[in-house]
Amino acid sequence: MLRLFTIFADLVTYRWLGLEPGAHLAGAVHFFIEDTTKIFFLLATIIFFVAIVRSFFSPERTRRFLSDRRLIAGHMLAAALGVVTPFCSCSACPLFIGFVEAGIPLGVTFSFLISSPMVNEVALILLFGLFGWKIAALYLFTGLAVAMVAGLIIGRLNMERFVADYVWKVRMDKAEMPEMRWQERLEYARVYVKDIIGRIWLYVLGGIAVGALVHGYVPQGFLLSWAGPSNPFAVPVAVVLGVPLYSNAAGIIPVVQALMSKGLPLGTTLAFMMAVTALSFPEMVILSQVLKRRLIATFVGTVTVSIITVGYVFNAIM
Amino acid sequence: MKIEILGPGCPRCKALEANARQAASELGIADAEFEKVTDMGRIVGYGVMSTPGIVVDGILKGSGRLFPVEEIKALLQKG
Repeated sequence: MLRLFTIFADLVTYRWLGLEPGAHLAGAVHFFIEDTTKIFFLLATIIFFVAIVRSFFSPERTRRFLSDRRLIAGHMLAAALGVVTPFCSCSACPLFIGFVEAGIPLGVTFSFLISSPMVNEVALILLFGLFGWKIAALYLFTGLAVAMVAGLIIGRLNMERFVADYVWKVRMDKAEMPEMRWQERLEYARVYVKDIIGRIWLYVLGGIAVGALVHGYVPQGFLLSWAGPSNPFAVPVAVVLGVPLYSNAAGIIPVVQALMSKGLPLGTTLAFMMAVTALSFPEMVILSQVLKRRLIATFVGTVTVSIITVGYVFNAIM
Repeated sequence: MKIEILGPGCPRCKALEANARQAASELGIADAEFEKVTDMGRIVGYGVMSTPGIVVDGILKGSGRLFPVEEIKALLQKG
């Protein structure tokens, strides 16, 4: 079905605009038209269905699910629920306190907090639309693995004393939320799509435009010379570069896709994208309301090391 | 009537407060008193884990999404 967008881009680029196939400009224009139409179509349709699914998974319900799990099963479930539970970084604190109050182990809580932003639907849709389902699936499963392992490690370090003291004193009321009716779920999904696309459309357009230029004008194999497998520092450098780009995650992925087609190795690509989505400065500032500095540093350090490992492993085996 | 808006001050919390004010004025509730609750302990104390939330006269009415004006009107009328 996605062929449709290639055919449409062919039609516009070669027929209507009369550009010569193979020329730099034609390559860039074709990339831009195909990707913008495809990505916005995917975003609008898939996010709608994701939102319907999410309307069944409130954080309150996820908390109940996790409260009586322990260890490995808890980490796995937490990472998986991180994907489907609605979450925005502005809710990170109440969510964290709620989990702790329910007696969910600290490490399990972190598995959730890591997977939730990293394996988000916008990133997965963009990966699927631009890279294909194999890379999207690879990202999904390695993302879940990073969330589980990093959570397990943080859990083992017994860092409970580095949680802000007041967190342990909060007692939660039982919130009896009425189930949403179907009409409300559809409305919720509609608002959700509007909200997300309204927030990211400019970044996506910008990202695809830059990606189009890279695609049309940067020579094949250009990146191999300095970011290829022969450079052992490429992965850590990519991860460090990725962290400040958080708010533009939607705009980064099209650029990265273009870079990968010019020789950026898969492991470096994955590590870079995970760093962009998983670690963000604003979220750390928000979390500093509930975590002491040492625990935030451990959190960032553990996730960084896990992501770098993913990069090296995939560069070595692919 | 006391209406509390729970949230750390994110854009959606501000939008929810605007909707709640509009709902109250459309219903002609003259004694509506608004309070923005940003204290995490109090927010979670109500049982809320995803912001924004809305509390009417000390009872949590909803959380986790931006309620439209019509829905808030229905919440306020139920008392």
